[in-house]
Amino acid sequence: MSGKWALDRRRFLTRGLALAGATLLGGCDELSEQPWVRRILDKAEILTHASQRALLSPTALAREYSEADISADFMANGSTNPDDAAYKALAANGFADWRLKVGGLVEQPLELSLADLRAMPARTQITRHDCVEGWSCIGKWTGVPLKALLDKARLKPSARYVVFYCADDLGETGTEDGKYYESVGLPDAFHPQTILAYEMNGAPLPIPHGAPLRLRVERQLGYKMAKYVMRIGAVDKIASIRRGHGGFWEDRGYEWYAGI
Amino acid sequence: MGTETDASISRQEVIYRHSGAVRVTHWVNVFCLLVLLMSGLQIFNAHPALYIGSKSTFDDPVMAMRPMRHGEEIMGITTLLGWNFDTTGVFGLVVAPDGDYEIRGFPWTVTLPGYRDLAMGRRWHFFFAWLFVINGLAYLIYSFASGHIARDLAPKGRELRHIGSSIWEHIRLRFPHGEEAKRYNVLQKLAYLFVVVLLLPLMLATGLTMSPGMDAAFPFLLDVFGGRQSARTIHFITSSAIVLFVIVHLVMVLISGVWNNLRSMVTGRYVIKLPEGQS
Repeated sequence: MSGKWALDRRRFLTRGLALAGATLLGGCDELSEQPWVRRILDKAEILTHASQRALLSPTALAREYSEADISADFMANGSTNPDDAAYKALAANGFADWRLKVGGLVEQPLELSLADLRAMPARTQITRHDCVEGWSCIGKWTGVPLKALLDKARLKPSARYVVFYCADDLGETGTEDGKYYESVGLPDAFHPQTILAYEMNGAPLPIPHGAPLRLRVERQLGYKMAKYVMRIGAVDKIASIRRGHGGFWEDRGYEWYAGI
Repeated sequence: MGTETDASISRQEVIYRHSGAVRVTHWVNVFCLLVLLMSGLQIFNAHPALYIGSKSTFDDPVMAMRPMRHGEEIMGITTLLGWNFDTTGVFGLVVAPDGDYEIRGFPWTVTLPGYRDLAMGRRWHFFFAWLFVINGLAYLIYSFASGHIARDLAPKGRELRHIGSSIWEHIRLRFPHGEEAKRYNVLQKLAYLFVVVLLLPLMLATGLTMSPGMDAAFPFLLDVFGGRQSARTIHFITSSAIVLFVIVHLVMVLISGVWNNLRSMVTGRYVIKLPEGQS
């Protein structure tokens, strides 16, 4: 009895050591590419997402900083000057002809100019921008609370997500698939710090930072803050959009709930 | 007592040194820390520079691994507190598997995955962070409830008063024998306690402080660690301290009887050599 047990235990230990060894020596890369490994690792994502929802109340605010904290060298990441003829034409004219389209599951579709947006209620906030790469910059943003816009367009009861379609082709595929887009759920869409910013540090939003309009979702990572926003759509599900994960980077392996 | 010569040792006694809970959580922790370290270096490589405070001061990092032009050549330079070190081939500009130079912080041999993939590195990191937390909580609950911490890890006043002689014994690589070997030495106790109640929880807390969501839920985290970038720097320094601990730990295991130590952490049984007349 005890001999058999010892043998089983020895076999268990040997296999454990072999697995650990394989993981150590280059097996890591093959493991990362195995669908079953990804499936297991994804299980933790469910736990992380649920924890974020449980710990982060819809009203909790991201920290706001003082003027003195503003970064002198705010990094512009991703697209910094969209290579798109229609966008370039809009930019050449100071975005005077640009119109933000709000549609999808809304009672009242909208088409708003920058002047229209500036005439709406505004919020200014000095917040920290946390990139998934690890760096942080602090900037001052002024814009329309997304809530004000959604209240104006009046969401239909079936709306669950708000999707932001952008001008930049970050994937450089020349097709819809490469175009930047993002989405947020309703708690984040109606959060007081979620704004569509048209000003940065007291000046019109510069092109590298997303002119004429960029999203700010202050309790999430930088890739959620879609730049060059052209169109906003309310939808009931994100699975049918592009590759189905709710955003350009989400379609490429990053988390949709970008709180960590 | 710790100075008997081998000739005086005539008997040995087998003691049950590590409980099942300690052994299982020890090895799960080993595996977690290995994966967390390697996936952590993958994540670090996405922006291989560290700062103090809330934001990144890109021109003035406290630490960075980056390529720099030196005449016609590009070199891998590691900057630390304003000092530059040539680390070409190792950090900043590393040798890729195909033998070419590649711009990245840590080399592919120590990251998970080996190739550059931040999204996958994060998947590994967060999965094993959960396992690390669950395993760590199980260890702490067991250790406090069973008295393991109070009995085996908390140093006694008498031990602390004689810490000087204990350090001297260690420097001369003389390890306790007989009765004394049945307990952890005072330096062992302090090292293990430091790792278990300070370094490992600090890894978790500074890791959470890097999360914008957790910062909104628990804003005091930012005040405790002095901002998100400071938290990231402390996360890096603490992980380095754990690597240093593991190196010293392994050296001690090797020179104080590798098979006896390994067996005790696998089966629980540890052999004590007793001098003549002692029981």
